[in-house]
Amino acid sequence: MELGNIEKILEKYFEASTTVAEEGTLREYFAQDSVAPHLEQYRPMFNYFSIAKEEKYTKQVPLKPRVNYYKWLSVAAAVVLTFGLYFGKEYQERKQAEYAYQETKKAFELLAENFGRGTEKVAYLKEFDQAKEKIYNNN
Amino acid sequence: MKQTEFLNVVMPFKDKLYRMAKRLLVSREEAEDATQEILLKLWSKNESMGEYKNVEAFAMTMTKNFCLDRLKSKQAGNLKLVHSNYTDENASLQRQLEAEDSVSWMERIMEDLPEQQKMVLQLRDVEQYEFEEICELLDMKPTAVRVALSRARKTVREELIKKHSYGIG
Repeated sequence: MELGNIEKILEKYFEASTTVAEEGTLREYFAQDSVAPHLEQYRPMFNYFSIAKEEKYTKQVPLKPRVNYYKWLSVAAAVVLTFGLYFGKEYQERKQAEYAYQETKKAFELLAENFGRGTEKVAYLKEFDQAKEKIYNNN
Repeated sequence: MKQTEFLNVVMPFKDKLYRMAKRLLVSREEAEDATQEILLKLWSKNESMGEYKNVEAFAMTMTKNFCLDRLKSKQAGNLKLVHSNYTDENASLQRQLEAEDSVSWMERIMEDLPEQQKMVLQLRDVEQYEFEEICELLDMKPTAVRVALSRARKTVREELIKKHSYGIG
């Protein structure tokens, strides 16, 4: 690359109208050993840019392999649901049995009551019996 | 996205993030912390990463915002940025001589640039981004980018010429 061209690019460079490729040319030019004396002052600039680009980020980033919480959440939900259904059903059955028991009890009570009413009337029969006994005994 | 996949996506530009962070925060430790923070943030939203068409640009913008916030909170908290990786004004003669080294000179020149110019110069001359990308990353108009870049380059040149003539004189 001849000097005139470099000077031209350099001028454009300070007006910020160079392309990335042209800037690459400048960096290349200033990277070599022989630089025109009057351009020597720019050398640190372009060399620095090349050096600055070499800097690396060397620290390790502790990326936690994230556990998939949703997966475990669904497992937990399934377990809860199964238990819930199982015990829930048992509970419901017990309730139902109790209800049936209560109903039966009610029915028996009804029966008993009516039986009682029957025996009330039978009490009069007893009266009749006693009277009959009395008559027999008197004889 | 699996961890290895994530690393494959992130690997190519993690150094760029770090360099950008270091350009803004100056201190190596600060820049490392910032980069780690950004990478962890990216990792935490890696499910939605496919939605961004350009993860690199997105990460770059995150880094920029993070570092600027960092700088702002430091100023507000009246804390001085502590950095140990370059020589300060009152260093010993030995260290001053070391600072003559052109790389650290350039570093210090760039450090004194306004933040926006710093970022533009970093993105363009170090990372070689195209203008459109820089516009997108820094949320700036193309003309503004060019102006900032031109100013930054000229300031660097002036500082270098100063330094150069000191060297001769």
